[in-house]
Amino acid sequence: MAVTFRTAPTAFALAVAGVAAAASAAAQGPRDLRWAGDPEGGAPFVQANPTRPDEVEGFDVEIAALLARGLGRVPRFIPITFTSLDQSIARDDADLGLSGIEDTPARRAALAVTIPYYEFREVLSVRDADAPRLRTLADLRGRNVGTLGGTIAYDILLRAEREHGIRAVSYDDDVHPYSDLLLGRLDAVLLDDVLAERRRRRMAGFTVQPDTVVVGHYVGALAARNASLRDAIDDILREAMRDGTLERIFRTWNVWNDAQPALYARLLAGEQVEAVTGLDEAANLAAMSPWVAARQYAPSLLRASGVTLALSCLAMALAVALGMVIATGRVYGTRPVRLALVGYVELMRGTPILLQLFVLYYGIAAAVRLPAFAAALLGLALNYAAYESEIYRAALEAVPVGQLEAARTLGFSERQVLTLIRGPQAFRLALAPMTNDFVALLKDSSLVSVLTVVELTRQTQMFATNLGSWVVPGILCAALYLAMSLPLAALARRLERRWKASPP
Amino acid sequence: MSDTILRVRDLRLHRGARQILAGVEFDVSRGDLVAIMGSSGSGKTTILRTIAGLEPFDGGQVELDAVVLRGRTPPSMDALRLLRRKVGMVFQFHCLFEHLTALHNVCLAPVHAHGVAPRDAERRARELLAAFGVEHRADALPRQLSGGEAQRVAIARALAVDPPLLLMDEPTAALDSERKDDLGELLRRLRADGRTLVMATHDEAFARVLTARILSLRDGMIREGSSPGA
Repeated sequence: MAVTFRTAPTAFALAVAGVAAAASAAAQGPRDLRWAGDPEGGAPFVQANPTRPDEVEGFDVEIAALLARGLGRVPRFIPITFTSLDQSIARDDADLGLSGIEDTPARRAALAVTIPYYEFREVLSVRDADAPRLRTLADLRGRNVGTLGGTIAYDILLRAEREHGIRAVSYDDDVHPYSDLLLGRLDAVLLDDVLAERRRRRMAGFTVQPDTVVVGHYVGALAARNASLRDAIDDILREAMRDGTLERIFRTWNVWNDAQPALYARLLAGEQVEAVTGLDEAANLAAMSPWVAARQYAPSLLRASGVTLALSCLAMALAVALGMVIATGRVYGTRPVRLALVGYVELMRGTPILLQLFVLYYGIAAAVRLPAFAAALLGLALNYAAYESEIYRAALEAVPVGQLEAARTLGFSERQVLTLIRGPQAFRLALAPMTNDFVALLKDSSLVSVLTVVELTRQTQMFATNLGSWVVPGILCAALYLAMSLPLAALARRLERRWKASPP
Repeated sequence: MSDTILRVRDLRLHRGARQILAGVEFDVSRGDLVAIMGSSGSGKTTILRTIAGLEPFDGGQVELDAVVLRGRTPPSMDALRLLRRKVGMVFQFHCLFEHLTALHNVCLAPVHAHGVAPRDAERRARELLAAFGVEHRADALPRQLSGGEAQRVAIARALAVDPPLLLMDEPTAALDSERKDDLGELLRRLRADGRTLVMATHDEAFARVLTARILSLRDGMIREGSSPGA
């Protein structure tokens, strides 16, 4: 079965769609059940129908239809990124989140969650050759283990970093961890058995270990103020457990197993099912005051700031050097050189940096396997070099021709004219726009989280997901960015002043 | 050693359809003071620029000591290097290096282009600045100098590499009459030291006071030996 939806990627389109929906709801009989999921999460949860890409399918799609039917409403799908689901539901972008959402204490504290409707196991996947020796997290000391960020699995890996000395690597999606496993960037992936089994059917070369690292459950998530709607949904879910509707849906998607009837029996007997956490202290993280939680997270935020700062400084240094070479080539080079450099600059400026990062990390991985940090550094540097080169080119051309001619009549070679007279003056002219770019780079460095680099924004996002609020993490994150960018701006102003100041 | 330091023959140059120089010919003897005169846009500056090797030209030749530049033939790097040991130029707008102090403007070329030891270059630079009465401005940046001071620093910069021929473009353009007298005095001293001077100017009185040999540029041509107003 498939439900039609209209993807509305921009905020404007979403707003228009929202107004239209409200208008149609007022005009027509049955209300919508706006349910949110991440179609990138893919089958068997929610995925675009391969033959009709404007429709979604998956067991969460069918459960949403079941719930809507029970509520006398019409299901309407709203695509939202997995890591933003909680916040989107809290701010009423949708009534219900259904997308393999995990039952965690933090989520229970921040949102109204339904009873669990599916039990999954967190399992390790390793390359076939490693299967006999890498069976548990303890076997993975000193190795890279990847998973989806903001999940129980990621929290488990963070704990395993301390307990077993592994290295946790966070991804934005559940496909690239497996491709990186096969490429050798990772030695293991920890994810839900549902995801692992699906990936194994499509990719050869890795083994899903039979041991269960932890057992968890999928729930529907609603805003805390929608508790009564949640209760109605719970009743519908219990009925579907009783009459076999859920079983039929999960069988359709080949994910039915013995764990489910056992779970349903407990729920129908009125038993409470505990939420699961990967973090030892996070059991009460959501219950803590945000400031206490912030203190818990401060070391990791500071560490992430270090990554941001190191990445930005190194990338800028590289971009400045490369930008100078490009600018010099554009001012002094032969026609083919100039054309090639113009091509490079326009390509880098004219395409999204996100695309460039993806190509650098995943696109050319078959030929050159760059480590994540190196790919991030190189991606930012190559992109910013294009912008820097334009600044330097303009600055070089702004140095008066008269000075260059005066230098030539004094017997300087062209190279000396550049290094002694033109370059130093151009550099001073370029300083202000360069500072500007450095501050921009500092912030753009957050884009490299798509390459599994955990920098400040990414770490903040994980903090916010676990806390169920963006207020305190957002303030801390902003303060840390300002703490890095303001001194930079001050330093640049001082340099400018010094170069302008009268000598004694 | 030949008595003629500069020999210009049938110098021709056009920009687009406009003929700027249409067969300029003149000789300059060693120790001479020559004023090229003509109205604005007549091509005075262009002649200086061709002599300094800054401007390619269409025809004729410029011979400076043993270095020869020919029309339509880009000079070799060696020829240019040799040429620039023999000729210095002071630009109308001075064109001092804006990021360097007056002193460093003067020392830069001796140190980096001519391999003089920095200490010797600085001593010589201070001597030159002192000789031109601007030693107290040694640490000032160009934008802090008055027009007259900047000109003196520019002359010092050109002389620091000791070229036998000094070209000056409109040296009196930005000077009041008192400063003009000072400049006249300075040029007389340079001449007395055996320096050859060629300036482009439209200041007839100044040229006359200096008893310069005057070359009139009209219609892109110079008629040797003519005097102003003739």
